[in-house]
Amino acid sequence: MAKATFRIWRGNADGAEFVDYDTEVSEGMVVLDAVHRIQAEQANDMAVRWNCKAGKCGSCSAEVNGQPKLMCMTRLNDLPLDEPVTVEPMRAFPLIKDLVADVSWNFKVKEKMKPFTPRPPDAEDGTWRMEQEDIDHVQEFRKCIECFLCQDVCHVLREHDLHDEFIGPRYFVYAASLEMHPIDTENRLEELKDSDGIGYCNITKCCTQVCPEHITITDNAIIPLKERVVDQFYDPIKKLFRVFSR
Amino acid sequence: MASYETHEYDVLIIGAGGAGLRAAIEAAVGDLKVGLVCKSLLGKAHTVMAEGGVAAALANVDERDSWRVHFADTMRGGQYLSDARMAELHAQESPDRVRELEAWGALFDRTQDGGILQRNFGGHQYPRLAHVGDRTGLEMIRALQDHGIHQGIEVHMENTVVSLLKTGDRVSGAFGYEREKGRFKIFAAKAVVLATGGVGKAYKVTSNSWEYTGDGHSLAYHAGAELIDMEFVQFHPTGMVWPPSVRGILVTEGVRGEGGILTNSEGNRFMFDDIPELYVDQTADNPEEGWLYTQGDREARRPPELLTRDHVARCIVREVQEGRGSPHGGVFLDIAWIKEKMPNAPEHIRRKLPSMYHQFKELADIDITQEPMEVGPTTHYIMGGIRVDADSQMTAVPGLFAAGECAAGLHGANRLGGNSLSDLLVFGKRAGEYAARFAIENKAVSLDESEIDTIAAHTLKPFENPPEDGNGDKVGPYDIQAQLQDKMQELVGIARSQESLAQALAEIQNLREKAENVHAIGNREYNAGWHTALDLDCLLTVSEAIALAALERRASIGAHSRDDHPEKEEPGAGKYNTIIKKADDGTMGIRREPVDELRADLQEIIDEIG
Repeated sequence: MAKATFRIWRGNADGAEFVDYDTEVSEGMVVLDAVHRIQAEQANDMAVRWNCKAGKCGSCSAEVNGQPKLMCMTRLNDLPLDEPVTVEPMRAFPLIKDLVADVSWNFKVKEKMKPFTPRPPDAEDGTWRMEQEDIDHVQEFRKCIECFLCQDVCHVLREHDLHDEFIGPRYFVYAASLEMHPIDTENRLEELKDSDGIGYCNITKCCTQVCPEHITITDNAIIPLKERVVDQFYDPIKKLFRVFSR
Repeated sequence: MASYETHEYDVLIIGAGGAGLRAAIEAAVGDLKVGLVCKSLLGKAHTVMAEGGVAAALANVDERDSWRVHFADTMRGGQYLSDARMAELHAQESPDRVRELEAWGALFDRTQDGGILQRNFGGHQYPRLAHVGDRTGLEMIRALQDHGIHQGIEVHMENTVVSLLKTGDRVSGAFGYEREKGRFKIFAAKAVVLATGGVGKAYKVTSNSWEYTGDGHSLAYHAGAELIDMEFVQFHPTGMVWPPSVRGILVTEGVRGEGGILTNSEGNRFMFDDIPELYVDQTADNPEEGWLYTQGDREARRPPELLTRDHVARCIVREVQEGRGSPHGGVFLDIAWIKEKMPNAPEHIRRKLPSMYHQFKELADIDITQEPMEVGPTTHYIMGGIRVDADSQMTAVPGLFAAGECAAGLHGANRLGGNSLSDLLVFGKRAGEYAARFAIENKAVSLDESEIDTIAAHTLKPFENPPEDGNGDKVGPYDIQAQLQDKMQELVGIARSQESLAQALAEIQNLREKAENVHAIGNREYNAGWHTALDLDCLLTVSEAIALAALERRASIGAHSRDDHPEKEEPGAGKYNTIIKKADDGTMGIRREPVDELRADLQEIIDEIG
């Protein structure tokens, strides 16, 4: 069995640093396996958040060699093991301890958004009729596992720290899944323009690149929402229409 | 009593998977104050892993389906050891529970005429599973979560309950800790719903995550509730076997539902070699008929790969033991072969099974549209659990309810795929409803403060224990957990015997003594080692219960197989359930109770449908 070195962020909000751990690695291992082995054998009290270990729950988000990744889906044979592998928590959020970041802000953002509001049922049994082709794009958004890697990589949050004015790519995807839901009746465009700060996004597509579910966040969610906002609030003909219809 | 952060609720829900969320939503319908405690972040519970679908007799794809057929299928699958009233309620109510999710934003795959599409699954006579590709669980938990966060429920994420609190006979709340700082919390409540899921972490090879340590089973048992049929642990036939680090991760039954076949190293489709008597009439006798079934031919019978999970798992073990396994100790599951049958097969597979495609591509370097997977059994689900009243989901402890995987009764000796997602919706709702009713009809009771300091001291004991026990053995939490998992896998797995089970009980006793001395390093802040040490109590309790019940049932039925008792029923014993209860002296007691005779109208359904 080969050995590799993992340089892991240890500590809490009062102070933290990288600590090197050597551990044995074998075929097929992912970063989370190595972290677990270190935890079981050398650092029982190390904090790491994980659940499914199959890329389906979005708990084990971290930065591996500086890249936002799910630890459970990052294979060691895709990394250069002749140098230490750095593993650190998501940097766009406050640190709780070791590899665990405080992501509670995300949950608060979602609570403030207008919930799904369906039109009255189409059929007497209380159900709706929807064509598969009309829901394909919404199903793409609903693949989101809420790992928050898109939030982590977004410079508006990570570098400019605009958490109070900008909801981040995850919640634009969420907004898109509601706005484009065939039976939803709510309108969220005013919030998107004002409190949600969609204008801050300058379409660098970093979020799309890191999405482990391969959701085309920028092209399929954010840009169409930006277009709808423009149509509703900046279209001169519509603006005129609104003035006269008051 | 020392002072602890205290929260007061009408109804407290422990666990935030599908059952817990559904219960919380229901309990919050009136103006009751509802608290929800969960070990992970919201939306990460194991429901998210469910792939294939949710079983409900909507009859959208085949109008011959009805609750009566679903009831009969569930009873047959459970080898007639299920609680018939639960199976009846489940079959009758699951269609409404599924439709209701659409009103909360869920988007299931559609039929041609715009309704909810349904797929075939093992043991279900008609296409019955509403689904979203192979990520149905994610869709369900997200719909419940996104609806639930607007119902005024107070959520305590990353909090663990270590003990229920009782005042006299009644449950009066729970005691636990929050993960971030390790601070203790008291949750006072008029009614408590347990929705904590399963016990997979008692085994070495499992599809379950760190959370599934039998907390609800153990909390209920120590509070005086009964556990029923704990010997029935489902080993899902298809878990990944290679590479070693992913061993146990689930491969959905949906692969077989879409036409995937099981073959051995000789290329033989071995499932045709052993079709149980109970299913001969319903099972295809040639590959072509099986293929037609998976493609929706209503006259065709299902392929043997879609027999019940207990049977498929045993057949796979047999192939491996007799030397016809795959290179890494499993068998082959092949969906790529369907390219012989359809021109656009790779695209079709990626569309129907996207997360399986993704999982094998990224974790095993295997393209499932081109080559077969290697699969073998993995500990997946426990049919046994907390005994509850069928209608209200209340346990023997007044005010204590249970729903979802930690509760028992619906699945008997073997659960059908898809019936767990419907179980947690139907009985999650009922538990929430009846817990709310209990909270309205009963006044709050004051907490019994005398026991709380004792529980708190016990919870901190791992920090005080020395790093080695008197014999110089390591007593780290991970060492003890790994030893328990090895023993359960080896001695209480798919094949069991008097000898292996007696040995398992002795090993568990030995590990329990070690766990008394378990040592945690560091401090109380987000300390995984300390948490693992505390989970050992629960794991040891459920492990003992499983082994004890398995020893008691001297027969091989459903998911429970005894090498020394291969016959389905013990001569003269009739049909019975095993019941576990904590005895007055603190030891684990077990007894049998005969299965109730079926109500006449339900018996008629069985007689008619089979």
